[in-house]
Formats: sequence, C-alpha cells, structure tokens
Amino acid sequence: MLQYIVKRLLGLAPTLFIVGVLVFMFVHLLPGDPARLAAGPDATPETVALVRQDLGLDRPLPEQFVRFVTGTVQGNFGKSLRTKRPVSTEIADRFMPTFWLTVTSMAWSVVFGMTIGILSAVWRNQWPDRLGMTLAVSGISFPAFALGMVLMQAFSVQLGWLPTVGADTWRHYILPSLTLGAAVAAIMARFTRSSFVDILGDDYIRTARAKGLAESVVVFKHGLRNALIPVVTMMGLQFGFLLGGSIVVEVVFNWPGLGRLLVDAVDMRDYPVIQALVLLFSLEFILINLIVDVLYGLINPTIRYR
Amino acid sequence: MNENSSAVTAVVADPDTNSVRTPWAEFRRKFRKQHVAVAAGVFVLLLVAMAVAAPHIAPFDAENFFDYDKLNNPPSLTHWFGVDPLGRDIFSRIVMGARISLTAGFVSVAIGAMIGTLLGLVAGYYEGWWDRVIMRLCDVLFAFPGILLAIGVVAILGSGMTNVIIAVSIFSIPTFARLVRGNTLALKHLTYVEAARSIGASDWTIIARHIFPGTISAVVVYFSMRIGTSIITAAALSFLGMGAQPPTPEWGAMLNEARADMMTSPHVALFPAIAIFVTVLAFNLLGDGLRDALDPKIEQR
Repeated sequence: MLQYIVKRLLGLAPTLFIVGVLVFMFVHLLPGDPARLAAGPDATPETVALVRQDLGLDRPLPEQFVRFVTGTVQGNFGKSLRTKRPVSTEIADRFMPTFWLTVTSMAWSVVFGMTIGILSAVWRNQWPDRLGMTLAVSGISFPAFALGMVLMQAFSVQLGWLPTVGADTWRHYILPSLTLGAAVAAIMARFTRSSFVDILGDDYIRTARAKGLAESVVVFKHGLRNALIPVVTMMGLQFGFLLGGSIVVEVVFNWPGLGRLLVDAVDMRDYPVIQALVLLFSLEFILINLIVDVLYGLINPTIRYR
Repeated sequence: MNENSSAVTAVVADPDTNSVRTPWAEFRRKFRKQHVAVAAGVFVLLLVAMAVAAPHIAPFDAENFFDYDKLNNPPSLTHWFGVDPLGRDIFSRIVMGARISLTAGFVSVAIGAMIGTLLGLVAGYYEGWWDRVIMRLCDVLFAFPGILLAIGVVAILGSGMTNVIIAVSIFSIPTFARLVRGNTLALKHLTYVEAARSIGASDWTIIARHIFPGTISAVVVYFSMRIGTSIITAAALSFLGMGAQPPTPEWGAMLNEARADMMTSPHVALFPAIAIFVTVLAFNLLGDGLRDALDPKIEQR
C-alpha cells in the first residue's frame, strides 16, 4: 500500500513538471509585454526596462524557469500587479471562504444525492424514481450562474430571508453552497442509482432476501456497502468540478474567495496571481485524485496494487 | 483518474451480433421505445431549425432595435418575452442567441471529438511511445478543472467567442482520447482485425476501416452528452465577461447584463436562463436515450 502511494507520488512528477512549464510559459504567451503591464500604461521606456530587470524577465529562459521553480517551492509567487501585495498573502486571505464553500457544498450534495439515488434504485421505475431522476437531469442541465441568480432573486430579494452577498455568517453560506452543490448532487444521484441498481440484481442480495432478512437490512447492510465503492470515486472526482464551479458561483454571489480572485486577475491581466492560482487549482485537483485512488483501495480490498 | 468515465466506458463497441437485425435497425428499434429521448431529439431538431432561420423568425433586430417607450416592459403581445433595460426585444435576442450557443456547443465538441478520436486511435493502436506521450498529455489536460483550463486559454488568446470555442474544444479532447483508446485496445486483438492484417491491409486501412467503426457508437453517445456541458461552459465564460461581448445576444452574456436590473425587472434574466436550461436539458435527455439504445448491457437485464 505504502509502496503504491510512493509510486503514484513519483508518477505525479512528470505531470506536475509539464503543468509547471505550462504555467511558467503562460507569462510569455500572454499578449503584450509583462514588464509593460507591470510598469503601468504611462511608464517611460526606461522605467519599463528597469521593471523588466527587476522582474528578471531580461534573463535567459532556462534561468528564469529555475528561478520560477525555486520561488514556487518556497511559496514565493511575486507580487500582485494590482494590489502590490505578495501573491501568497493575497491567496491566503481568500483561501478559507472558498474552502468552506466547497466543503459545505460537497457535504449537502453527497447526502442529498445519495439519498435520491438510493430511493430511486429501491423504487426503480416507480414514482420516487421518476421524480428523483427528473430532478437529477434538471440539476445537471441548469447552469450554476443561472441557478444562483434565481435563488438570490427568490430568497434574498423577494422573500428577504437570506443575505445576498458576502461571507460572514453561516446564513451567507446557504445559497452559494446550494447553487454550487446542485449539479454535484444531481450527478451523485444518477451515479448512486445506477450503481445500486447493479448491486440489487446480484446473487448475494437475492440470497439475503431468501433467508428472510428485512428489506431495510438488505438495502442498507448488504447493498449500501458495496454500492459505495464507485460512489466514493465519483465523489472525489466531483471535487474538481466544485473547484471549477466555485469560480462562477463566487462571481454571482460576490464571494471573497479564490474563484473571484482569479476572474478579477484575468480581467486585470494580473499574471502573477493567475499563475499562482492555476498552479494551486491543478495541484489540488491532482492530489484529490491521488487520495481518491488510495481510498478506493481501502474500501475495496479486492483491488491489488501493482 | 482511471475510472473517470464509467458512464461512457459502459458503452462498448457494437451491440451483440447474435440477432439477425442490423445494428442500425436494432438501434432504431430500441431508440423509439425511449419516448422522452425521441421528444428531446425532435426538440433539438426544432431548435436547430430555429437557429438556422433565426434572422427570419426574430421579429426585431436583436442588437440595433431600441423601443424607448417600453424600457423594461414585461412580456406583451408585441414583445413576447418583454423588453430589456435598453429597449431591445428579448424574444429576438433569445432566437438569435440560439445560433451562437448551438454553434459554440456543436463546433467545440466536434473539434474535440475529431482530435480526441484520432489521438485515441493512434495511442490505442500503436501503444508504446505514442500511447505514453498522448496519455501523458491527456493527464496534463485532466489536471486542470475544465473551466479553469478554458479561462487560462481565454486569458492567453483574449476574450471572444472564437477563443471560447477553442478553449472548450481543448478540454473535450482528453475524454474522447481516453474513451477511443480504451475501445481500440479491446478491438485490435479481435480476430477480424488480425484477418485484415494477414491479408496485408495497411495500418491506416485497419484503423480507419476496421477499428474506427467499432468506436463510433461510444463517440456518438459521448458527443451528445458533451454538447450540453459545452453549451453551459461557453455560456459561463460569456457570463464571466470572457466570451461574447455585450451587444451580442449570447445567452450567458445576456444573463450577466441582466444582473444589474434583477431587482426591478427579473424577466430580463428569466428568459435567457430558461433558454439555456431547456436547450441543455434536451441534449442531456437525448444523450441518455442514445446511451440506453446503444448500450448492449441494458438489454441483458
């Protein structure tokens, strides 16, 4: 097991390296001169040259890359062009709101999605199934930004029950996490249902029923445990989806998180922030996938790691 | 990452061959039983027809007609979906927007599917270095959540609908490549491929004539499912201000514009939201139906 984890971590190295090169090249692919961007629109050529030297952009590319990598490893991403604060501080300020938003969304969508999925599988082709699957396919089809606007209009503007923007109290978390989790809940429901339908048709379930166990015991003790295996994998993969989705939802709810920081940075061409965020997002994504693979093996002992 | 596309890998190659019906007839027989999917398919066709004929259907100019007497008016007989804060007819804008969204969804998935299928065929057929390089590239593309990759591409290329289509197609490539590679690996060891090779067929003939047809059904199913996602992503980018720019009647951009007036005239936001929802829903239902009709596993139960 440990050997497998080490092997997977080493396997990450080339992917991380290519991601790093891409993120590094990003500055040089951007239209326009990054030094001029950093110096501001009114800067004289001399100032631009000074800034270029200051940022190290006049050095040969390989040297710049080495500096970029060492800086990244030490958590030094340079300064934001917009606020002139270090990028790491900028990100640290915004990290927790996004983290909690993702976690609350994940929590409710997993509970809700799995419940719908199980109900749909148990009452397959009857009304709970039809209702659940209609909800699920709608959840996948409704774009998060539209859902967020509808929810905000209904609950904050018309009814006045919940606050509209900001992230101060738990009440602020309700609408954004509902919006962000809706699509994930829908995907989980569909996935749990199909996984459960497969399991409920297996021989050992028939055996469990034949020996006279109550249906609830059959479903929860015998079925759920085995149906969970693919569901956990799916759950991990959806984390990546939440990371991406949070970008849009944060803009709708004016959430002080990483997603909005990224959108603002793209607007302002604040490339040090874009670089650091893209790197952070993809690193999170890669690590979550690794954790999922490991969890998968813990839940399902029949998987042998080579 | 390995068990990534279970819904998709469930669709493997051809339906079983022990019935005398041709695969096409078999598909039509099964597809016709899916009433919801048939309805969704008809709806998609109607949408496409509407998009093609949009300039003739739209009662007003979507960008340049301003009805200053009826600013923010709710739906009425002249303006079916109401009027927006600048006095433009929302119905006309929705109809013209269908062109943009459908084109964005279809073109981006088509590009992604073509490149992805080609890469998948090459990786699966030759294995070895080709396989390693292509799959490593896919891993890298997978290492970015979809919309993040799209935002990165737009940040480099600049805002605009063409760049959004490029960005969305790039993140469709790896899934198609994986899907087709898996099918190719399974197909290339079958006897009929060996037979083709033994009579001296070239690699290219084997790939194009014998292996590619076996992967089509999986590609078609995934294609229709992917269009919905791509329409949402393209609209999301426009919503973030990175795609179609304001006067353009793109649904996501319309929603973004409507945000400022949500308090006074919610109908301005309502119709673009419904338009995106209904369109994406139709593609998703169609995709579900195609999957059920093309998946040999469903019949067994």
